[in-house]
Amino acid sequence: MSAVVVLFIGLGAMALAYFVYSKFIAEKIYRLDPGFKTPAHEFEDGIDFVPTNRYVLWGHHFTSVAGAAPIVGPAIAVIWGWLPAFLWVVLGTIFFAGVHDSGAIWASVRNRAKSVGALTGDVVGKRARSLFMIVIFLVLLMVNAVFGVVIAGLLMKFPSAVVPVWGAILVALVIGQLIYRRIIGLATVSIIGVLALYGLILIGPSVPIQMPEQVGALSGNAVWILLLFAYAAIASLLPVWMLLQPRDYINGLQLFVGLIILYGALVLLNPTLVAPMYNTNVPAGTPSIIPLLFVTIACGAISGFHGLVASGTTSKQLNKETDARFVGYFGSIGEGMLALGAILAATAGFASLGDWNTMYDAFGKGGVNAFVEGGAYIISNGLGLPEATAATLLTVMAALFAGTTMDTGLRLQRYIFQEWGEIYNQQWMKKPAIATFLAVGSCLILAFGAGADGSGGLIIWPLFGTTNQLLAGLTLLVITVMLVRLKRPMWFTLVPLIFLLIMTVLALLLQLRSFYEVGNYFLLGLDIIVLIASILVAMECASSLKRVRRELATKSEG
Amino acid sequence: MRKDSDSKESAPRSERIKAWLSQARFYAEEFYSSRYRGAIARAQRDEDDLFMLMVFSELMGVPNPVSYYTLELQPLMLERFHEWHRRMGMEHSPLDDFRCC
Repeated sequence: MSAVVVLFIGLGAMALAYFVYSKFIAEKIYRLDPGFKTPAHEFEDGIDFVPTNRYVLWGHHFTSVAGAAPIVGPAIAVIWGWLPAFLWVVLGTIFFAGVHDSGAIWASVRNRAKSVGALTGDVVGKRARSLFMIVIFLVLLMVNAVFGVVIAGLLMKFPSAVVPVWGAILVALVIGQLIYRRIIGLATVSIIGVLALYGLILIGPSVPIQMPEQVGALSGNAVWILLLFAYAAIASLLPVWMLLQPRDYINGLQLFVGLIILYGALVLLNPTLVAPMYNTNVPAGTPSIIPLLFVTIACGAISGFHGLVASGTTSKQLNKETDARFVGYFGSIGEGMLALGAILAATAGFASLGDWNTMYDAFGKGGVNAFVEGGAYIISNGLGLPEATAATLLTVMAALFAGTTMDTGLRLQRYIFQEWGEIYNQQWMKKPAIATFLAVGSCLILAFGAGADGSGGLIIWPLFGTTNQLLAGLTLLVITVMLVRLKRPMWFTLVPLIFLLIMTVLALLLQLRSFYEVGNYFLLGLDIIVLIASILVAMECASSLKRVRRELATKSEG
Repeated sequence: MRKDSDSKESAPRSERIKAWLSQARFYAEEFYSSRYRGAIARAQRDEDDLFMLMVFSELMGVPNPVSYYTLELQPLMLERFHEWHRRMGMEHSPLDDFRCC
């Protein structure tokens, strides 16, 4: 099968969905109103609430939600063949993610730009709110641990990327100073920054830095993980303008450039998908495709993380309510495109089926490495770049994304610890350094408990996906309850919600058995916690929907 | 920015490029700053709060070696005083001889 054909089918379906389905959702279900005074106007303060141009807002929304996860998930899930992953990404984006993201913005805008967490408290109930906090904490914990493991693995496997990945941080620091002190304008800085980053990528292959397999008592992988968390801890404590802001900016530019290069090379080369359409010959130990596919690909199909972004910052800056369709729905399409690129790179970027099979010799293998190797193969054959440079480029792209998510995640986790310090009146816990230390500590325990020394691969990945889906489920519940209260059709959000809950619980049960069988009691415990949370979410859904319908019934009688 | 849409045909090329560049700069700057505007403004407010505390410290019984100078600043900070004490969790002005509400 030709990759370009698959690419265009996917893009065509998403474009059609944007013009037809999202219009229907926006006009008939959410009934977005161009005359509605959005919180950005109502509470305009020049700080949080600022009406923002919708293209700029889309750029932010997209770069905040598109990270390493839509690359890693699909690149793992192609082990079942390219078709299931392709279908779930395309249909998930159309019927799940787009509806979820634009719905989260709508729900938040209609409720004074409150975050989904606060909305859960208001719309569903206090109990659901506590549940929400726990699920968020679990998601952050897992995302940090997983990405630490992912970047460490990349740095071990592609030593040519070490200099550009760490150099990019230096570039960001310099840019931050240049802009903050107004030494040169942003336009010049952007050009210099992108040139510096790509310069580093070009020289990367000639100055590889290989961490030895064993450093003292630790494996090389573990050393990288410790270094990465040390970096993320420091970065999350620095003022945002110093590192976070310039690095996000450069990352955003790099994301667009990288996507253009990858897609351009795909179209020019038009490789054949060497991976089977439906893999009947999966390696031993690969779990069943249903339900695991639906939690392995979370970001790229539907992800609860988006709801946090949509209701946290995006909704405060929405200029017109009707922009929610473009920002939310098209934002998810952007992420779907990234996931689609990852699928194609991980299935078409190999010379033969044999090569592909060696890469995917066990579940959880492949992943981002397959994306980098496959993508490098496509770029080097399509655009004529040396393969080592292309691999460095993609490694840097993935590592920078994961890194951004890591320090944002740590920052958020620190806030949660500080909030707990506030609630339980523990003064020491409110100190930023101590709260950060606790956050890093909990992530490290998880990372090493899940086999960060390189032995475990990414066994924790599906668990992360599951928790992420639970979060999406809670957001969908908020939207559904709002729709029921407004007496509008609820099926367009309720069906995805039920589907997600069923798949999540099934996946958790399946994983429970496999963790028990391999004797990983740490993850077994974590799985049980998530399982309890998801059952609680399901019960919360049932009871709140019932309650709201009863309320409506009594109201219409009276 | 508007200029170029009015007279697309007649505007000289340099004008059009300039307009395009200024548009691009606008987008880049918005893209750079809008996401962190809140966090940075809050950080600035925290520093301002500290400064406020210093300026009014003498009135609250905290000895201040440079009160001679900070006294001069008080009228300038007056406008923000009400907001400040509210933010610090005090319903009314904490100073007996300095009532703002």
